[in-house]
Amino acid sequence: MATATASMNNNKSVLWDWLTTVDHKKLAVLYLIAGTLFFVKAGVMALFMRIQLMSAENDFLTGQTFNEFITMHGTIMLFLAATPLIFAFMNFVIPLQIGARDVAFPFVNALGFWIFFFGGLLVSVSWFFGGAPDAGWTAYVPLSSGEYADLGLDFYVLGLQISGIGTLVSAINFIVTIINMRAPGMTMMRMPLFCWTGLVTSILIVFAFTPLAAGLALLMLDRIFGGQFFVPDSGGNAVLWQHIFWIFGHPEVYILVLPAFGIISEVIPAFSKKRLFGYTAMVFATLIIAFLSFMVWVHHMFTVGIGPITNSVFAIATMAIGIPTGIKIFNWLFTMWGGKLTFNTAMLCASSFVPTFVLGGVTGVMLAMVPIDYLYHDTYFVVAHFHYIVVGGIVLGLLAGTYYWYPKMFGHKLNEKLGILMFWLFYIGFHLTFFIQHILGLIGMPRRVFTYLDGQGMETMNLVSTIGAFLMGAGVVVLVINIVYSAFTSERVAVRDPWDARTLEWSTTTPVPEYNFAQTPQVRSLDPWFYEKIHGDGLMKSAEPMDEIHMPNGSILPFMIGLGLFIWGFGMIMLNMENPIMPPAIVIGVGFVVTFGSMLVRSIKEDHGYHIPLDKVKKIEKEVS
Amino acid sequence: MSDELSKPFTESSLSKEELMKMNRERRVQIITFAFMIFLTVLAFIAVGMEMIEPSFAIPFILLLAVVQFVLQLFYFMHLKDKDHQWPNAFMLTGIVVATPAVIALVLLLGVTKY
Repeated sequence: MATATASMNNNKSVLWDWLTTVDHKKLAVLYLIAGTLFFVKAGVMALFMRIQLMSAENDFLTGQTFNEFITMHGTIMLFLAATPLIFAFMNFVIPLQIGARDVAFPFVNALGFWIFFFGGLLVSVSWFFGGAPDAGWTAYVPLSSGEYADLGLDFYVLGLQISGIGTLVSAINFIVTIINMRAPGMTMMRMPLFCWTGLVTSILIVFAFTPLAAGLALLMLDRIFGGQFFVPDSGGNAVLWQHIFWIFGHPEVYILVLPAFGIISEVIPAFSKKRLFGYTAMVFATLIIAFLSFMVWVHHMFTVGIGPITNSVFAIATMAIGIPTGIKIFNWLFTMWGGKLTFNTAMLCASSFVPTFVLGGVTGVMLAMVPIDYLYHDTYFVVAHFHYIVVGGIVLGLLAGTYYWYPKMFGHKLNEKLGILMFWLFYIGFHLTFFIQHILGLIGMPRRVFTYLDGQGMETMNLVSTIGAFLMGAGVVVLVINIVYSAFTSERVAVRDPWDARTLEWSTTTPVPEYNFAQTPQVRSLDPWFYEKIHGDGLMKSAEPMDEIHMPNGSILPFMIGLGLFIWGFGMIMLNMENPIMPPAIVIGVGFVVTFGSMLVRSIKEDHGYHIPLDKVKKIEKEVS
Repeated sequence: MSDELSKPFTESSLSKEELMKMNRERRVQIITFAFMIFLTVLAFIAVGMEMIEPSFAIPFILLLAVVQFVLQLFYFMHLKDKDHQWPNAFMLTGIVVATPAVIALVLLLGVTKY
């Protein structure tokens, strides 16, 4: 990839190339880097919190700092680490898997990344302006209202609003891509499961991030412009926020976990040397999970006191989700059953995902029972439950995806020995940290407290949990070492398909040329690449003659629009500052001009892209194969 | 395709039949629009003139709202058109997802227990 693009744009500097790129493969790398940075940052926060909770009445952190850490840990992990990491893989893999040259709107793709990035930056700079948000990642009113929360919450509201726009924009792009850009013969029911979950996730984002945007806008009006939507004394309603937040918040969990399901459904067949068991059932299970995810949000609010009938209805709907998820679990098991298994790092992560996720799912059904939820609510049992889903589900899926697609993305494999060391450190650490938190919750330790008293029987278990957290941290360090070490020592992957896998992304040459496919492939079956290896001559049949290729031009405008929104959002926050350095109106104005100015330039400047001439395509094809 | 992009839209991509079809579509849109204004005026009259009792006026304007919603979907959002399955699926999904949310935001606010 690097050599091919360098020869294309040898008149540009590397930095300018990355800032202006609209290539989905490069944007995937940008997403990967940004997501990893946020992931490490939030992980370090988690380690600090575990140090604080290591012993009774510890004073490593103050209560205020601890509150800021729990809020930022949750917010960053969900919005700014897991989401971009998933988008990284979706960006890289989906166009390749459906046989497309790029996403439907390359410019919009870049726009989505930069808006997300600057939104995340806006949340992060809150540390330098009087402290981070401190009302929990759910930001319940009245705790997050102007009365109780400081400037940090304004950063939360505006930053998430902006990064949410970026996520929404990218999701729409993926929907259009998957519906319109599939190669000839790639019907919906021949799409790899990762594309299906990518599509469903994008649909969920469109329907879930819009309520979030509305809720954040209402909270912003309350906080900055003196609105009363959530102020009961003035006729508002505090429960309204909880509803809006969880109408978004519950699908959000599935937004993150469905692509992880997709990754697992790619990795397990590849290393079991079998086709995915029950492909159709998997697709429909995905759709049913997506549908149900919008019908269950009240299970986060059982103890609010909405009433017994409501609680019962939502409890049953919640338990119903166990059925399609169970279908998936059994399909993965039956895929492995009788397969020729290879346990490398990717497969270790993918196969250990299955039992771990079942543990998280079982506690989920336990929490769905209303009477007993009154006991579990706001204890460490809940913390343990959702970390089993998020770490044991999403993070293991992402790790599997990293090891699986790394050779395609960067042209070399990650070191297997270090990989297996990472896996065991991480996996043992994970269970040490979170399994014991179930028991901590059952003996009554509340979540979101910064300390606890001596002699309540919580010291040992908290210590064990902290040790586990450090093991997980060590696992991540080993992963980082592995990435650097492999970059220097690993041998280049010269073949198309280092894993002997099944789907279309492995039919491209490594490194993947800028245009992905010199000729659009003709898809003849589910698992098209495997089909051609068995029934064909081992190469994809092409659906069109070799011709010159139309490519989009790079543009700095997505970066500028993101920057403009950042300035704009910062100006809005300055309205709440006591002594802003300059009038907020000026900053808001600058942001407005930069954002809409860039949009105007984009609208009036004609940009038809460029063509790669036929002889150049032939030359590149010869070079890489 | 790409070298046609600089030409005006009508010259580069529309044949005679397509142009006629577009004009017909435009007529339909305007008629629907006028009809919807009419429905809105009816609703205003029903509320504004105090001759009609609220017990009748409220269901009446709700009915008008439903009619208008369906018309908007079918004509303005192109639900009636052929080859529109994907947008149709998305709009129906949106309705299905939004309905419980709207009901919840009206009813389940903890004021009355259900």
